[in-house]
Amino acid sequence: MTPLSDTRRRHKRTEGWDHDMLIRIAKASDVKSSEITPRPLFESRRRFIRGAATIGAGAIAASLPFDRAMAKQGDKLSGLAKTKWTAEALGEADKPTPYDSVTSYNNFYEFGTGKSDPKENSGNFKTDPWTISVEGAVEKPGEISFEDLTKPHKLEERVYRMRCVEAWSMVIPWVGIPLGDVLKRFGPTSKAKYVYFETLVDTEQMPGVRRPVLQWPYKEGLRIDEAMNPLTLLGVGLYGEVMPNQNGAPVRLVVPWKYGFKSIKSIVKIKLQEETPPTSWSAAAPREYGVYSNVNPKVSHPRWSQAKERRIGEFFKRPTLMFNGYEEEVASMYTGMDLKKLF
Amino acid sequence: MTPDTRIRWVAKPIVWLLCLAPLGWLGWLFYSGGTGANPIEFTNRFLGDWALRLLLIALAVTPLRALTGINQLQRFRRLLGLFAFFYVVLHVTSYVVLDNFFDWKTIWEDIIKRWYITVGMAGLLALTPLSVTSTQGWIKRLGKNWVKLHRFVYFAGAAGCLHFFMMRKGFQYEPLVYAGILAVLLGWRVAQWMKKKRARRPAAA
Repeated sequence: MTPLSDTRRRHKRTEGWDHDMLIRIAKASDVKSSEITPRPLFESRRRFIRGAATIGAGAIAASLPFDRAMAKQGDKLSGLAKTKWTAEALGEADKPTPYDSVTSYNNFYEFGTGKSDPKENSGNFKTDPWTISVEGAVEKPGEISFEDLTKPHKLEERVYRMRCVEAWSMVIPWVGIPLGDVLKRFGPTSKAKYVYFETLVDTEQMPGVRRPVLQWPYKEGLRIDEAMNPLTLLGVGLYGEVMPNQNGAPVRLVVPWKYGFKSIKSIVKIKLQEETPPTSWSAAAPREYGVYSNVNPKVSHPRWSQAKERRIGEFFKRPTLMFNGYEEEVASMYTGMDLKKLF
Repeated sequence: MTPDTRIRWVAKPIVWLLCLAPLGWLGWLFYSGGTGANPIEFTNRFLGDWALRLLLIALAVTPLRALTGINQLQRFRRLLGLFAFFYVVLHVTSYVVLDNFFDWKTIWEDIIKRWYITVGMAGLLALTPLSVTSTQGWIKRLGKNWVKLHRFVYFAGAAGCLHFFMMRKGFQYEPLVYAGILAVLLGWRVAQWMKKKRARRPAAA
């Protein structure tokens, strides 16, 4: 835990960062009540406090250091910067998918393979404290808390299309930080050709990992230029709220021009490296899932024609766009590549 | 009440209702908003699940009759088989109408390119003549050939289980449970057949 507290102290000394930049979870107190109190006890205390509040003793609750533990999925995030990726910019044809659909129809196999399993099974998923290990070809490797990872950055709202490899799609207003800005803080070296990511594996909390559905931990990777692309986001929320557990709390990747499974959830490890990283899906079925997995209507998948997609909430399918409609931003990274072979 | 009227007027209507219950349940889920964010996918999977379940239940009738000695069970076999086919047809209809809205080009490409759909369609093709020839008239007309023809149901069961297994991503247990049940039901038949064969030709000294 030493590197963690070091970074924390360092950030405390850093001057000039706006309080607006803070995510609400990181507010004020450094005491984590959830850390020092056994969960059942702590929860019964919360219940007690809630009860007390109803009889008019709300002030007691407010004065206790429960802020952090009580900041949880559904809490509003403040001070979000607008970007050019707004709902207005996407227009009428790409209206944001309703919050209920975005948070109840998920592929997050760690919590079960059914679409409604993640929501049903992740209610008690503990995302605080959360530590991310940054390793490999960087000048400043180490373990960093979620708060320290996100604190120095301004949170941005970005409304992106999300295209699942299963031929359905959504439009999601994410909240996040450009991944490139985060990676730069760790000083990638010249050997950093790829970025490898890993999801948490916790048999206690994640019923799905008790079965060998995939190679756990879930692994994903990007080429360094893809990771540094301004579109690539580390997502910490959606719809202006703290990331719901089923959507990959507390921090996940958002790569809008690639199939959804590339946008790895609940990240605990980021490793910069020279070799192409292994990824869970291409290990499970190399013929079906490539390392790139760019959205491409012309390259059909053995299970699904990728020419069309069903936008969640719509009856008729719509044509799928090259790079999911982000051709302008990303196509130059792939010039000269045979995308039929390097799918 | 004779046993016959009991089957005809009590047991059969109950089986009818039980077989229609999943459909009623689906209707209720639509009405109450329980079909989730992707009702088309939900409907398709729901109907497919029940098609396979009913097919396995129909295949369980003969072994169950032999094991329990309750011969009247045989009188439900056709009914269960036809209900299985009914759900298969609804499952495929939901794929053609809801999922692809009669986009025959896409559907044809799916059938020839996507193996799990190829296998599923083969299962449908195998079941169709069985349903057509399930009437008393056809049973008489086909005689011994009727039994031979209706062995296609084993192929359909295998196709259904394989279709389900192939359609799931990653390594999942649920399709293996269905395949395991089918293996037991077909394995029992193989064992019976071998026993009969041995009984017919006593071992030479």
